[in-house]
Amino acid sequence: MKKRNRVMNLFYIPALVVFSIFVIYPLCKGISLSFTNWNGYSQNYKFVGISNYTRMLTDKNVGRAFINTLIYGAGSTVLQNVFGLAFALLLNQKFKGRAATRTLIYLPVMIAPLIMGYIMYFFFSFNNGALNDVIGLFGKEAVDWLSSGSTAVAILTIVNSLQFVGISMVIYLAGLQGIPDMYYEAADIDGAGAWRKFCYVVLPLLLPAITSSVTINLIGGLKLFDIIMALTSGGPGYDSHSLSTLVHRTYFASENAGYASAIGIVTFLLIAVFSNIVVQYLKKKEVEV
Amino acid sequence: MKKKSGIWRLPILLVIFGVYFSPFYILAVISFKPVTDLSSRWKFSSAPTLENFQTAIEQGGILQALMHSFVIMVVTVVLIVLVGSLAAYPLARNQSKWNKVIRAFVLGIMMVPPLSILVSLYSIIVKMGGVNQYWGIILVLLTFELPQAIFLYSNFISSIPTALDEAAALDGCGPVRTFFLIIFPQLKSVTASVVILAGIHCWNDYQFSLYVLQSSGMRTVTLAISSFFSQTTSNLNAASAAALLAILPVVVCFLFLQKYFIKGMVDSAVK
Repeated sequence: MKKRNRVMNLFYIPALVVFSIFVIYPLCKGISLSFTNWNGYSQNYKFVGISNYTRMLTDKNVGRAFINTLIYGAGSTVLQNVFGLAFALLLNQKFKGRAATRTLIYLPVMIAPLIMGYIMYFFFSFNNGALNDVIGLFGKEAVDWLSSGSTAVAILTIVNSLQFVGISMVIYLAGLQGIPDMYYEAADIDGAGAWRKFCYVVLPLLLPAITSSVTINLIGGLKLFDIIMALTSGGPGYDSHSLSTLVHRTYFASENAGYASAIGIVTFLLIAVFSNIVVQYLKKKEVEV
Repeated sequence: MKKKSGIWRLPILLVIFGVYFSPFYILAVISFKPVTDLSSRWKFSSAPTLENFQTAIEQGGILQALMHSFVIMVVTVVLIVLVGSLAAYPLARNQSKWNKVIRAFVLGIMMVPPLSILVSLYSIIVKMGGVNQYWGIILVLLTFELPQAIFLYSNFISSIPTALDEAAALDGCGPVRTFFLIIFPQLKSVTASVVILAGIHCWNDYQFSLYVLQSSGMRTVTLAISSFFSQTTSNLNAASAAALLAILPVVVCFLFLQKYFIKGMVDSAVK
């Protein structure tokens, strides 16, 4: 059996090879590049110590992107879970058109986020924008939706949530369908109303679903890239950049590979630390219940 | 459960329908509208035209892009299924301390956002000569889709009785033959989930293709569309025709295989 196990370990090799070449090596190389002033193509570059990191502390664009990334992550998580759960509760009832509604809400999950971003451009653009037509019906002036940084960040968060709320919805639906009827019946006998039933029966039993859904939404929001590229390209100015799009911009437009690497490493740490804290907290809750 | 009247549901459903249907509606309206027609994007043109699709195909090279995306998706997904299930087999079966290390390692890989290692990842692909090559983008997509596939497969294999492996061993099957002849054929349902999840990601990928496929002759669907939006900003109609052609295959697949799509999503989320 020992020999058998040894042969079986060989099955890992293809996976480990691609992981080493395309993740581990780039990660190590990225860390070392973040201490240099490499411009992305030249053969000559030198070690500059931690100056890329200290520069980040005073770089307003990095600060803004850092905060935006947190907003994209936290905002999407809250919106997708609140609406995902609401949609799941709605669709857990029997009514005509239930299957069609579920299909429609889940459909955008299939679409490339880039294309979703471009479609949303048709809604939010100033000239002939679909949204301005709608508010025009109510006699309001046309609004230039994407001209201010904070509105752009809010719109991007909403578009991302709108597109991917279907994921949370199906996770919660699966969770709700796993709650046995007898729990509801027991709560009925104890005289619990709909709200108390929701708080004391449904929510605690949904905790594992909440953990999965929050993890997926949070990581998805913190990594936001495609939709930003399509809808605002980080603009106006640098105001709606996430750390991911800022890395892209710093590398390709500004040819500042060393600095871009440093921002990348900070992005990695931010996402790893932030999502770990949230996941550990939820896991602990699960155990308590 | 007591029966309640469902009237309150109607306004909510109408809003949901309005919000979720309108993006597709607007896309369709613009795709069939002549460029010169500047009426509201909510109104279908009185003289619908196919010229936008013609522009998308002739100038945007959208058909070629669809072909590139398709080839990349198929090859990547086949590799993900093979490499993923192969790695998942010892992960699910060998209970050793090495396994814990590998499991933690794969989880760690999942946590690395690709954009954070962009600079060095890109320079490696350049050094390997993988830029503008099918194999370059395929290997990168494979790498970043693999962790999820490994976990899906390993969870599933854990639920297959080990008696099956032992019987095969008694009959003289080595691990290789046991895997391919006995285990792999059991994995049909989880393979469906893996194929769907990875397939959608590959088809919709933008961030990797953007770096690896830079020549206009190698464009995938997302790249073709984004170039349309950035170059010919005056012709948004053709751009949306291109976008419509790009999402059509995905939407049709989804409508027919919905059950599997949703099952795959739930399987991957709930461990």
